[in-house]
Amino acid sequence: MSRLSETQTGFAHAVRNADAAVPEGVVSHLRDKPRKRFGIYRNNVYVSLINVLEGRFPVVARLLGEEFFKATARVFVEHHPPASPVLMRYGGAFPEFLETFEPVSDLPWLPDVARLEWAWNLAYHAADRDPISPEALATIDPASADSLVFELHSAVQVVRSPYPVVTIWSENSKDREPGQIDAGAGGEDGLIVRPGIAVDVRHLPPGGAAFITALSERKTLGSAAERALAEDESFDLQANLGGLIGSGAVVALETA
Amino acid sequence: MSRIEDTRVSSPIPARAGVGLKPEHYSEILETRPAVGWFEVHAENYMGAGGAPHHYLTAIREHYPLSVHGVGLSIGADAALDLNHLAALKQVCDRYEPSLVSEHLAWSTHDGVYLNDLLPVPYNAETQARVCEHIDQVQETLGRPMLLENPSTYVRFEGSDMSELEFLRGIVERTGCGLLLDVNNVHVSATNHAYDAVAYIDAFPHEHVGEIHLGGHADDEGDDGEPLLIDDHGSAVADIVWGLYAHTISCCGPVPTLIEWDNDVPEWRVLMEEATQADAVLSKPVLRHVAAE
Repeated sequence: MSRLSETQTGFAHAVRNADAAVPEGVVSHLRDKPRKRFGIYRNNVYVSLINVLEGRFPVVARLLGEEFFKATARVFVEHHPPASPVLMRYGGAFPEFLETFEPVSDLPWLPDVARLEWAWNLAYHAADRDPISPEALATIDPASADSLVFELHSAVQVVRSPYPVVTIWSENSKDREPGQIDAGAGGEDGLIVRPGIAVDVRHLPPGGAAFITALSERKTLGSAAERALAEDESFDLQANLGGLIGSGAVVALETA
Repeated sequence: MSRIEDTRVSSPIPARAGVGLKPEHYSEILETRPAVGWFEVHAENYMGAGGAPHHYLTAIREHYPLSVHGVGLSIGADAALDLNHLAALKQVCDRYEPSLVSEHLAWSTHDGVYLNDLLPVPYNAETQARVCEHIDQVQETLGRPMLLENPSTYVRFEGSDMSELEFLRGIVERTGCGLLLDVNNVHVSATNHAYDAVAYIDAFPHEHVGEIHLGGHADDEGDDGEPLLIDDHGSAVADIVWGLYAHTISCCGPVPTLIEWDNDVPEWRVLMEEATQADAVLSKPVLRHVAAE
């Protein structure tokens, strides 16, 4: 190992571990191993990454309160540091981490709120594509409609939850105090789209999540509708199709 | 290395004040077209596929010269540069045709983990050789020279056997890169390591300075109660740094100067006031050789 490599291995280890001693060879003009000075680097790394997570998961942060969120995020940063300097990609493991983080186990809906916020982030940075217009529906030949395959915008994601995740998210995304929400009121599925540059989160009707998921797997319109009906017999194909295209989620229609 | 001229760059950075571009100000800038000389972006914030960041930067780029400032290449690391990241940097440069490209004398990646800070390096021949290899690689990949920024540091290494200036000079000689002189960093490091900031500026290789940075810092205390400054880019440029900046311009002549404010980002108006103040220094009659004679 080169001297530089050795120095950086020791430095990185001590930056990541709050209890580690200041590495050999680190000095100030007044002393060897200046603990407080070295701590600035440790603090910069943790605080900046916690701030990134706070910006990425603002609703989770609001629900937990600033102090609790920061303490939670600190544990996450310790166990799941970023692999890339492109920090827009950091935090994908946070929802799963919340599933197993004991101090938030009494908030079972929290990981799904985090999933929705992560999906929002992915949508925000997704590749640009122009969606097809609602008028395109009129050009579909009913005889061949069943065999159509949809190409969805890369921003499109579905978040499914046994909790009212869309309501929790939207109530806590506003500047005012959120209204009363009954966490046991039943599940909600959310659709995340980004037709232009603004991310939009929609509450999906019954069967909608199964329908869009099937379309995203390149199933034909006919088999996607079947799958949606199998999940919920009140699934309304016309309404779901209109809603999906109207939301800007579809970028191309192809015949299978 | 001779300067590679890129004919597509229609608007070189003028020797005026520029401002670090923040999403908070995208709309206001497009609506009001403030009289600022240029903008600088952090390359990493434009490495996504699409969406609002690219939409706004594309629109702003149509009206202003641009500088791209990388924060994550980890040029000071012993380990090899991340080729994916370097390719992403090239993609940002190809897309936005910046007039200046810069990175830091620092490291931030180790063993597959990104430590989100600009960590210091020991100043010796071994580190210098590694940094030169990395800069050569960056300049070859981008097909253009880059600027290397002097760091703000809080600790030193026993393994250092040359001064920061000797270290930087050697890199400039061997790679042909330019330098980004961060005047706030000079003040921060000089205070933290008890040396004379003015003497540092006087001895800096002025002819290689392609850009200047001005930012804010925070006051703290070191382990022995000594003054310790933290480079946090979260406040206005300090008066003492303005003074050091005026001295720097008297040494270097007018150089494109960036107002950097990355944390607790204020209203646009505040940044514009800082830029106006820098412009006033830049447009003063040049007294550059008076001090030396």
